[in-house]
Amino acid sequence: MTAVLQPGVLFGLCGAVLVGIGLFAIATSPVLLRRIVGCNILGVGIFLVFGAVARRGGGAGLEADPVPQALVITGIVVAFSASALAVALLKRLSELSAGDRAGTAAPAEPRSVV
Amino acid sequence: MLFVHETTPGGFLLVLAVILPVCAVLAIIACGPRSATRIAMATLAAGLAVAIAVAAELASSGRAVTYVVGGWHPPLGIALRADGLSGAMLVMTALVIVAVGLFAGGQHRLHAGAGDARTQTTFWLMLLALWSALNATFLGEDLFSLYVALELLTFAAVPLVCLDGRAETVKAALRYLVFALVGSLLYLLGVGLIYGQYGALDLLTLSGQARPDPALSVALALMIVGLLAKAALFPLHLWLPPAHAGAPAPASAVLSALVIKAPVFLILRLVLDVAPQPSAAVVGQLLAVLGAVSILFCSVLALRQARLKLMIAYSTVAQIGYLFIVFPLAAGSAELPPWGTIAWTGGALQLISHALAKAAMFLAAGVIAEAFGHDRIADIGGFGRMLPLSAAAFGLAGLSLMGIPPSGGFVAKCLLLTAAVIEGYPWLAATILTGGLLAGAYVFRVINQALAVPAAPIVVRNKVPRRLEFAALGLAIAAVLLGFVPLRPFGFLQIGRDGLAMAFSP
Repeated sequence: MTAVLQPGVLFGLCGAVLVGIGLFAIATSPVLLRRIVGCNILGVGIFLVFGAVARRGGGAGLEADPVPQALVITGIVVAFSASALAVALLKRLSELSAGDRAGTAAPAEPRSVV
Repeated sequence: MLFVHETTPGGFLLVLAVILPVCAVLAIIACGPRSATRIAMATLAAGLAVAIAVAAELASSGRAVTYVVGGWHPPLGIALRADGLSGAMLVMTALVIVAVGLFAGGQHRLHAGAGDARTQTTFWLMLLALWSALNATFLGEDLFSLYVALELLTFAAVPLVCLDGRAETVKAALRYLVFALVGSLLYLLGVGLIYGQYGALDLLTLSGQARPDPALSVALALMIVGLLAKAALFPLHLWLPPAHAGAPAPASAVLSALVIKAPVFLILRLVLDVAPQPSAAVVGQLLAVLGAVSILFCSVLALRQARLKLMIAYSTVAQIGYLFIVFPLAAGSAELPPWGTIAWTGGALQLISHALAKAAMFLAAGVIAEAFGHDRIADIGGFGRMLPLSAAAFGLAGLSLMGIPPSGGFVAKCLLLTAAVIEGYPWLAATILTGGLLAGAYVFRVINQALAVPAAPIVVRNKVPRRLEFAALGLAIAAVLLGFVPLRPFGFLQIGRDGLAMAFSP
């Protein structure tokens, strides 16, 4: 039991659970917003796994391994951009379909989405 | 001995290949949309020159070109490295992007003043960003920088899918984004596991240290599945046809020809360089089965499409299948490394010839859609009279897809077929032949329409300038010229691969 409670292992297990929840949400939910949230949960789980990996570097005599932490920071930036892009697209999609429902035709002029 | 990267003469060219397009993106944002086309055109020329310079450096020195960024050696720093295969990829990417850029420039002039200046600027920004990300993927040596390059590639490719902003293309783009995100997150998880086990991210270092162990197998499985989702191999291909068929023609051409090649390239490196031998063989077999199903299933689907662009998109999934049947064939042996086999050359040629041919096809389809306002195959009877150059481009590109001589596709498929027979894989040989026949059938449907004499002549809605047609024809001719490469393991593709062998033997 105490082996499980060590920070490295605990982080790893939590990360694994979050990865599972994220994948489950993405695979089973037909709602796009939920899938995007699922991607975020999956990402957080992966960053926790990186944290566990950094902690295991501590086992090799170091205080903690800084490289995975640097990777996580970059990863967070990338994941944030991905979520922003996904939400922007989703917002545009819901505007377009709302326009259709209100009886007004979708914009005939080609428009940029970015 | 740990294999250490050393900066070689000409190494700075690799940095230029990655940052030139990024600088152009920044310049366009700074100077505004007015100068977008001019800056983009200048960058296209410069980028092509850089790619050719890298290839020339490789050919003259006969060894890999390396640049160690900031003088920091891996594992702390990152390295850029171009071997023969990466060099070929760089040149192929540059050729396709230049042709697509010329096409898009002509098409934009056709629509000038139609109020979509913003779409055009976005196209240039995304095209250049995409180029930088592709070059970074082909040159990266570090698993994590490859992840960043793949994500940048996705972020540049997704807006290209929905440039016209219609609801269905935005939907296709979102679907593509979700697939690609899950794919890259799985890849990232694998990177974390590998770092936890080996404390290294550099591919050369890893190829020296990799040993059969469960953590590495799980990591590689996650990474390869993630990359398969991005490469759209059956059964993860569902996002590709709507995304590639809905995009504007020049965007479809880069997406189909180049963007899906980046993950395939990475799978190739992971399986051949990192995976330890017994599991590499199992993975190779599995990938070949998926590749074979992809070829047969999606060729049949391509035959049944009513719209030209959807047909070409399904044909892309089918042609990607050929790249995956390379794995068991190029497994090599103790005397013969994978990159010495004919299947290695065949696979690389298939990658390059498909890129050129598919870009040519999408551009020709773009000309057709531009001229007639639609791309329904049934209603374009006799288009060969109006657009002879486009019909020729489509036919020449079709030669390469079917594998009929003289074409790059013929040499590639002939090498793969020979390898399949020699290595004792009759079912792969049968798949290659059947795939060729099916490709013949779907290309013939279009050529038949080009030469048909319709009861009522079709009406040309817009006159298309010759320049657009020449861009497609140029790419198709390049795909055919590739067929004059001699039929044997091609020396250029093996440059720099022996660096890996050095890493194996301490």
